[in-house]
Amino acid sequence: MSTGLSIFVIVFTLANIVGCYFLIRWSGQKRQGEAAEGQVTGHTWDGDLQEYNNPLPRWWLWLFYITIIFSLVYLVFYPGAGNFQGVLGWSQEQRYNDEIKAANADYGPIFAAYSKQSIQDLAKDKKAMQAGQRLFLNYCATCHGSDARGAKGFPNLSDTDWLYGGSPDAIKTSILNGRNGIMPPMGAALGGAGIDEVTAYVMTLSGREADPNFAEAGKQRFQILCASCHGQDAKGNPALGAANLTDDIWLHGRSRGAIVETITKGRTGVMPPHRDFLGEDKAHLLAAYVYSLSNK
Amino acid sequence: MENQNTYNYKVVRQFAVMTVIWGIVGMLVGVIIAAQLVWPQLNFDMPWLSYGRLRPLHTNAVIFAFGGSALFATSYYAVQRTCQVRLFSDRLAAFTFWGWTVIILLAAITLPLGLTSGKEYAELEWPIDILIAVVWVSYAVVFFGTIVKRQVKHIYVANWFFGAFIITVAVLHIVNSAALPVGLFKSYSVYAGTIDAMVQWWYGHNAVGFFLTAGFLGIMYYFIPKQVGAPIYSYRLSVVHFWALISTYMWAGPHHLQFTALPDWAQSLGMIFSLILIAPSWGGMINGIMTLSGAWHKLRSDPILKFLIVSLSFYGMSTFEGPMMSIKTVNALSHYTDWTIGHVHSGALGWVGLVSIGAIYFLIPKVFGKSEMYSTRLIETHFWVATIGIVLYIVAMWIAGVMQGLMWRAVNDDGTLTYSFVEALNAMYPYYIVRLLGGLLYLSGMFIMAYNVWKTIAGSKPAADAIPQTA
Repeated sequence: MSTGLSIFVIVFTLANIVGCYFLIRWSGQKRQGEAAEGQVTGHTWDGDLQEYNNPLPRWWLWLFYITIIFSLVYLVFYPGAGNFQGVLGWSQEQRYNDEIKAANADYGPIFAAYSKQSIQDLAKDKKAMQAGQRLFLNYCATCHGSDARGAKGFPNLSDTDWLYGGSPDAIKTSILNGRNGIMPPMGAALGGAGIDEVTAYVMTLSGREADPNFAEAGKQRFQILCASCHGQDAKGNPALGAANLTDDIWLHGRSRGAIVETITKGRTGVMPPHRDFLGEDKAHLLAAYVYSLSNK
Repeated sequence: MENQNTYNYKVVRQFAVMTVIWGIVGMLVGVIIAAQLVWPQLNFDMPWLSYGRLRPLHTNAVIFAFGGSALFATSYYAVQRTCQVRLFSDRLAAFTFWGWTVIILLAAITLPLGLTSGKEYAELEWPIDILIAVVWVSYAVVFFGTIVKRQVKHIYVANWFFGAFIITVAVLHIVNSAALPVGLFKSYSVYAGTIDAMVQWWYGHNAVGFFLTAGFLGIMYYFIPKQVGAPIYSYRLSVVHFWALISTYMWAGPHHLQFTALPDWAQSLGMIFSLILIAPSWGGMINGIMTLSGAWHKLRSDPILKFLIVSLSFYGMSTFEGPMMSIKTVNALSHYTDWTIGHVHSGALGWVGLVSIGAIYFLIPKVFGKSEMYSTRLIETHFWVATIGIVLYIVAMWIAGVMQGLMWRAVNDDGTLTYSFVEALNAMYPYYIVRLLGGLLYLSGMFIMAYNVWKTIAGSKPAADAIPQTA
């Protein structure tokens, strides 16, 4: 904040606080010709509305003074008076950093110890997996569900189907670095008939019924436009996060309409990176927990 | 009707009756969304009935339709009688009634359609915002015009509060609603990021401070001494707490943004000014309750007085609770929990609701030419039903809120969170049911009131009290 604004804030803050004090003093003064204490002021409205000239209740005055004094003292110790940081040098950012530091000092060794074990070993360690589940429930369950079975657009982590690979290292990489999955929209490239044909072919890949003529035509188009990512055999490509289309597992919906939408408009999937947020040790334990779900 | 020798009660009658009707509508929507929190399927998978759209409808209906109508009715009544003069302009007063009604109807249509500017308590889109500004300025003209042509020398304390409320709400509304329209139903705030948040909560908290506090203190200052039949406890206290209240309330908004991107200094100022606010707020409570000193026995037999006095106890409670919640350490626990909802409702149901209901019970017979309400026993019943409803509501939310806060921060030995979010949500069910029950009781009280009001005014002739002529 600029010095000018800082001075403005300080002046107005103090003026208002000190103003309260002077307001109290001013109203306590006796005025010429005013009614005695305990008497009505002499004004009458609407027939019978009057006011006593009673003094301010003493306990109430003390309450007022105490809050005023507290506030002034607070402004000496804590930030509030413009750019003046307060003699304690307190800031919410510092407090946050201190708390994180304290927590890391307390709990860091627990996770550091886990990270010395391999993911496969951890996955068999009951106590480690309880801690892993707690991490999962707090950081992952919002999208993947508390049972890890996912939701539309959010992969099921408890089965053996993996977009980016299910090896311990692949899972850990997904958690640490995140993933950006992009299925480009193919509507313009395929045209209306093309979409129907490719949809029919994609459905037959997992053994579902579809018009054989459409499916045959769709196969040609698939080889030209889709195979580069999903592969000639449509079994996907974990390097790209391209889905296996032959296993009847559908991230964005199994219905014909959902498949048409996926092909026409494309899909975007974002797994956010957790390296800075959780750190390597917790990600290691989380990876073990996720690994354990499909490797009982 | 245009007789300058009588008070204009027509607009008072209109707003008084609409207070009851809008109260029922707003609280009914509140009960519906409380039920949706227990049984989410009650939105019937219809976007118009989804929680996110009905919630702003509830808040707008109770604050601006119910509370607003109560303020219009009582301020128009009190300002005429304490100035001993008819309203400045009958036509402009009529315009404020019909304008306000149109605004409420537009809100009831646009909010369920999902048309919103996304600012809490200021959700209405820009064309409606402009209409609000026009109606509000007309209100100011009628009110201050009446003050200017008053027949008594001094301005009564209730009118200071009504006046501060009218001026400040105009400023708050116009500044916070400043937006760039991109179509008839869509606009973007002219502020960005943290500044937008700060302007929003400067508005939001002062909507509480001026709409829901100063305005209703105006009601308190007229209707309590009238109903008690005794002078206000202390003129000096009213001077000090008025000026202190309106100057410090202005700063308290940042306490809604503790531990956010708002700079530390602004957060601190929000906190200390909230604390300084305790005494000025309590000044109003003391002045109201102490007015009853020496006449406490009246509380036993007069249910209208019960409404008015108990409203002040809830006022005192919430204006102590609020500053406590603004303290950073407490806020770290209470923020984002149902404790906040409980706090708001102890103010809204307890203070704003009860004082409005009491004032309307006072007002209805007066402006409809009756000596009293149809049934005093029904007022008594209404009082108890409403009070039990409030207690159930706020106790449930206190427990739920503190529990949420504690569950969110609980950690295991290894530093992982003990509870996932959904576990904390699951733990809320019993309290959400109790809250729903409390809301249902409060709403049923409003139906009792509606019946009582209807029986009182059925077949009545509009009253037109003559203005006493001062020599």
